[in-house]
Amino acid sequence: MTEEIIIAGFGGQGVLSMGKILAYSGVMADQEVSWFPSYGPEMRGGTANVTVILSETRISSPVLNEYDTAIILNQQSMDKFEHMVKPGGVLIYDPNGIIHPPKRTDINIYKIEGTLIAAELGNVKTFNMVVLGAYLKAKPVVKMESVEKGLQKSLPTRHHYLIPMNLEAVQKGFESLELVQAV
Amino acid sequence: MELKDIINPNNLVYEKPELLTENTMHYCPGCSHGVVHKLLAEVIEDLDIQDKTIGVSPVGCAVFAYNYIEIDWQEAAHGRAPAVATGIARTNPDKVVFTYQGDGDLASIGAAEILHACNRGENMVVIFVNNGIYGMTGGQMAPTTLIGQVTATTPNGRDVGRNGYPLKITELIAQLPGTSYVTRQSVHTPATIRKCKKAIAKAFQAALDKKGTSFVEVVSTCNMNWKMTPVKANEWMVENMFPFYVPGDLKDSSKADPESYTPLKN
Amino acid sequence: MGELRLMKGNEVIAEAAIRCGCDAYFGYPITPQSEVMETLMDREPWDETGMVVLQAESEIASIHMIYGAAASGKKVITSSSSPGISLMAEGISYIAGAELPCVIVNVQRGGPGLGTIQPSQADYWQSTKGGGHGDYRLIVLAPSSVQEMNDFVELGFKLAFKYRNPAMILTDGVIGQTMEKVILSDYIPRLTDEEINEKYGSWATNGRKPGRQRNIITSLEMDSGRMEQNNLRLQAKYAKMEEEEVLFEEFQCEDAEYLLVAFGSSSRICQKTVDLAREKGIKVGLLRPITLFPFPKKPIAALAKQVKGILVVEMNAGQMVEDVQLAAGCAIPVKHFGRMGGIIPSPGEVVEALEQKLIGG
Ligand SMILES: Cc1ncc(C[n+]2csc(CCOP(=O)(O)OP(=O)(O)O)c2C)c(N)n1
Ligand code: SF4
Ligand SMILES: [Mg+2]
Repeated sequence: MTEEIIIAGFGGQGVLSMGKILAYSGVMADQEVSWFPSYGPEMRGGTANVTVILSETRISSPVLNEYDTAIILNQQSMDKFEHMVKPGGVLIYDPNGIIHPPKRTDINIYKIEGTLIAAELGNVKTFNMVVLGAYLKAKPVVKMESVEKGLQKSLPTRHHYLIPMNLEAVQKGFESLELVQAV
Repeated sequence: MELKDIINPNNLVYEKPELLTENTMHYCPGCSHGVVHKLLAEVIEDLDIQDKTIGVSPVGCAVFAYNYIEIDWQEAAHGRAPAVATGIARTNPDKVVFTYQGDGDLASIGAAEILHACNRGENMVVIFVNNGIYGMTGGQMAPTTLIGQVTATTPNGRDVGRNGYPLKITELIAQLPGTSYVTRQSVHTPATIRKCKKAIAKAFQAALDKKGTSFVEVVSTCNMNWKMTPVKANEWMVENMFPFYVPGDLKDSSKADPESYTPLKN
Repeated sequence: MGELRLMKGNEVIAEAAIRCGCDAYFGYPITPQSEVMETLMDREPWDETGMVVLQAESEIASIHMIYGAAASGKKVITSSSSPGISLMAEGISYIAGAELPCVIVNVQRGGPGLGTIQPSQADYWQSTKGGGHGDYRLIVLAPSSVQEMNDFVELGFKLAFKYRNPAMILTDGVIGQTMEKVILSDYIPRLTDEEINEKYGSWATNGRKPGRQRNIITSLEMDSGRMEQNNLRLQAKYAKMEEEEVLFEEFQCEDAEYLLVAFGSSSRICQKTVDLAREKGIKVGLLRPITLFPFPKKPIAALAKQVKGILVVEMNAGQMVEDVQLAAGCAIPVKHFGRMGGIIPSPGEVVEALEQKLIGG
């Protein structure tokens, strides 16, 4: 099994750290992983994306131009990445801020109201964990216990008290994924 | 009342200077660079010297300064703007040349270039935006970073034993006989913005009058890398930077001794 | 043995430097490698191993700090990205001329000039053919994974000290910024002053001890005859490297009818290309030079006898392709495919280039 994912949105939405937790979860499940971020000057409000690959075998290129799954969190990223999902692949998006929903008919499309759910949970910073949970529902590439271990590994010890809240958000996201289109 | 009644020339209270381009600035909201750009555009417009002003942009967040003011610009290598400006000024003595530099650009990698250009008294204006940090590369220590200030390369605060002292380069520059006007300003309130504009105007006038180097430091914020809101950053600057980088004129030869300055031979 | 971590290539350079007993790092911030110094400052190795870490005022200063420390027999490393390496060119030439060991890491970005902060391999010529003035060579290692970012720090020092020559780790924004699993090396203690005296006392300028002659580190020689001898000695050293230190890796070359040659991150992309092309029934293999100097001329010459054509894939306008052409000779076509400006070629694009430039043509 190899899963090639792009996660894309605004800087500040936790795109890179979501990728990191996913990558750590993969390491905890003994998989090969790679995590390649967009990088650049630290400007507020810019776009951010990260390519994450999880695999049972050696990973060749950490940089890709087509993906098994695209997780899309703003319109710019929709414009850029919708057409890069492999036919039969998965696109997950948060409708908040999306003006033009995906039009592809040859891929599986899901929605997650991440922004709303995070607000309901009382901490908008858990947004990325809600989306991660939704992704794991669509693609169970790692088990929940690996995610917990991944969080432990990727968060500094002084932030470990936040883990239960984050896991709750993952769980909520897992339960809230909505199917838009299946192929 | 309808929108068109409000958007009416009679109601106009503020207009952006004509020399500022329509390009959306890439700076973080709350950044000082944008304000300084606007003042520069206003001064150049007021003095009506857009046809003979050449700007030299640095490497730093202001690397794209050339996108925002409708004049000729050159983009220099990191720290070398004063040398580039020397080249322009020496070969174009009837032009007005200015550099626009950050604290890393001017006081670290370009310390030699700025000292020698100012010491030679090159006929130019230096706009020095001191935000105490490397903005563009993600918030590493600058020579002007204060003792104890946290940056990406001083995660536990600047430690004198390891990183040396913050550099008051403007005080050094003021010692150099080639400079005629050296001042330190800020742009965090309407009043200081007006004052800073006067200082920049005076510096450009000095260049028109061939008075050698004029140097305007603007003590600034980098809310992004200071990891503060813009308002908090302004407060932090007043509380922490002003006691060390004290605002005001450091040298004004038009007041002291107008004859003290020997103009450059060309 | 070893500790498994998930880390960025840049962070691993810092960690490997600490663990392999480095005495000092000198550097100046520049994207996309600032994490090297940031990680070191965060790790505070001065408390742990006594390693010095200093943010210099410029790359010119960093490389001359390296010169000074290396000349006293210390194990020292610096890192930068393309524009900073250009500034170091002077110092690197002096270090090569004075025959000092050190490791220089270049996490390349696209040029020329200020260019872009995105990944590139356009400093191949600069690294392998000079960069600074005078006839000199760097040992150039091209890692293609985060693991090799760890391994090549130690390897770089081993070769640098063996030959008293600067070694460069030539990587780019892809490997520098990517996080992968890495097994970190075990700690090697820093050398003590006594050990430095014992090992490098014949040349290191660390204070003339009773009973030894004074040591002088210089690249200057006013007598042309003697200067030519110095040059010949350097050339003999480079020739020995070409004999003994060539490193390369082959993927699926046994039955290959076409060959890709690529280094560093391009070689990772080409591994995927090999898979994609073989799915289409094209028998293609990949040769990855690991040492760019010394260059793997012989293995390329050997494969040139087996395959129908070679495609050299680089993130530049065509640099290493010249060395491949020299090694392969004129019997088969040797073509280049590259992207520039920070654009990373995709595996699929390389398959198309292979079809258009070699198979179709
Ligand atoms: C030779 C070279 N070294 C390093 C860099 C990377 N670099 C770009 S901007 C910068 C520092 C900018 O800081 P400052 O001058 O204070 O400007 P600010 O962004 O804070 O306005 C550095 C180190 C470079 N472009 N060239
Ligand atoms: S990083 Fe700092 S200096 Fe640069 S634009 Fe943002 S606030 Fe301004
Ligand atoms: Mg600055």
